[in-house]
Amino acid sequence: MFATKSVADDLAGAAPIKGRSLWADARARFFRNRAAVAGLIVLMLVTAFALIGPFIAPWNNEDIDWNVLGNIIEAGRPSLESGHWFGTDPVGRDLFARTVQGTQISLLVGIVGALISVVVGTLYGAIAGYFGGRIDNVMMRIVDVLMSIPYMFVLILLLVVFGRSLLMLFIGIGLISWLDMARIARGQTLTLKGKAYIEAAIATGVRPFTIILRHIIPNLLGVVIVYATLLVPSMIIYESFISFLGLGVQEPLTSWGALINDGASEMNNGTLWMLTWPLFFFVITLFGFFFVGDGLRDALDPKDR
Amino acid sequence: MIVYIIKRLLVAIPVLLILIVSTFILMYAAPGSPFATERGIPPAVLANLQAQYGLDQPFHIQIWRYVVGVVTEFDFGPSFIYRDQDVNALIGQGFPVTLTYGFWSFLVAVLVGGSLGILAAVRHNTWLDYLAVGISIGAQVLPNFVLAPILVLTFTLWLGWLPGGGWQGGQWQFVILPVIALSTSFMASIARISRASMLEVLTSNYIRTARAKGLPMRRVIFRHALKPALLPVISYLGPAFVGMITGSVVIDIYFSTGGIGQFFVASALNRDYGVMMGITILLGALTIFFNLLVDVLYAWIDPKIRY
Repeated sequence: MFATKSVADDLAGAAPIKGRSLWADARARFFRNRAAVAGLIVLMLVTAFALIGPFIAPWNNEDIDWNVLGNIIEAGRPSLESGHWFGTDPVGRDLFARTVQGTQISLLVGIVGALISVVVGTLYGAIAGYFGGRIDNVMMRIVDVLMSIPYMFVLILLLVVFGRSLLMLFIGIGLISWLDMARIARGQTLTLKGKAYIEAAIATGVRPFTIILRHIIPNLLGVVIVYATLLVPSMIIYESFISFLGLGVQEPLTSWGALINDGASEMNNGTLWMLTWPLFFFVITLFGFFFVGDGLRDALDPKDR
Repeated sequence: MIVYIIKRLLVAIPVLLILIVSTFILMYAAPGSPFATERGIPPAVLANLQAQYGLDQPFHIQIWRYVVGVVTEFDFGPSFIYRDQDVNALIGQGFPVTLTYGFWSFLVAVLVGGSLGILAAVRHNTWLDYLAVGISIGAQVLPNFVLAPILVLTFTLWLGWLPGGGWQGGQWQFVILPVIALSTSFMASIARISRASMLEVLTSNYIRTARAKGLPMRRVIFRHALKPALLPVISYLGPAFVGMITGSVVIDIYFSTGGIGQFFVASALNRDYGVMMGITILLGALTIFFNLLVDVLYAWIDPKIRY
């Protein structure tokens, strides 16, 4: 009897057992993956660099340092004394400030592009998949047609025709980025559609769009998040490509692609730092996104469980 | 199958027409003119120029003439900038170059990437596997416009082995760097895809059966595992092709190879509408045709697909 009482006391005193949600499981899996955590830390550092950089940079990204202008190769090297930590660019502007600025633009383009694709692509794919039949057929055929167009050329056309601006870049990148996402979301929706809870929702008279928003899309989120993280680097690559061609953001604004292009065209002169600094940030950020994306896939994708 | 191919070709026609018309509308709506100079041009001269190129006609007549010219005579019209050449001549000049290094890049990407991926899967969790995975992750963050300067820096400036640009009628020294720059990131993707699918195939039941009845490993891989493992690779070939076409712009600009990519950006900036539309349509048609080819190949290899 004594023993029973103590067990009962223990039970009463013990904290109620906390259920682990699927998200908590996924989080635990993600943080066990060392490469993914390292990628996450790199991304946080790069973001911090972009956000804090402007406040600690001794030079402004638009000002020309007239002291180094005639002698970039010697005086424009990276050094702590002159305050040009990353050196200067060919016309004597501080490369640290320029890199900070380029990082802001590239990250912004990557994230906005991925966001557009998440919102448009998920909705589009979920609607096509849920309604099925002829609607599905027409909607996905449109996606097929758009995919078979060499989009980069259309993007270049758009930028030339409507003028180069950040907004146009967003629109152009947004126009193409959602296609893959729509396909993925549609495929997932097709498998979700047959589930009992969807049937229950239909039986209780929930309207189709409410079902899509309340029941389908939340269940798509895992897959969507994974692909969105993998989309950010490809958006950054698109933007850098455009900037490399000289069609991206306009001076004094800059981005990684534009900086890499500047550095690449100057490398015959022995001013390697102009190429290496932006390239370094470009490469580590892409690595970071790829590792985080892979980690998220392992954590969230039900296929590998 | 033949019915399927014909059907797909029939669908391709309206798609191409839509592409032609929408690029034309974009061009028509664009501000700026190919004849604009810094000093300005006398109105009488401008009117004459426009009349000569038919730009004074109303929109619907212009577009009708263009589409009819393209469809019936395969005539993409004159270039507005290179006054003595028409678009066909310019494309005829640049396209063989693009085709040469594009072909080699595609071959390298598929063969090297495919064998790397399959080797990695067969030798799963050995140093070979790790090496292949390492290479493909590294190559993923090196798109062509990043790789091109690095290659030139290494092989031209430091080692002095290969020329950093030019074409010279396609001598091999001039082809190597463009091909490496263009193919590497696609090679990495193909390696990743083929490794993943080969791993999946190798753990499947029928492979276990094949091994259980004592077939040699070589035969199991080439006879039973290879074909299904290559299906995802084939479906990636379409996007890879589009990516390479896009990448050729960088290659042409960076290595001055003289392919059609460099005309494209130059014509976009100069408002050389004729050249720009000609290239867009050519590449659009190529893409559509190649996607059809990939789909047919897929249907041929995958017995589950019947048309």
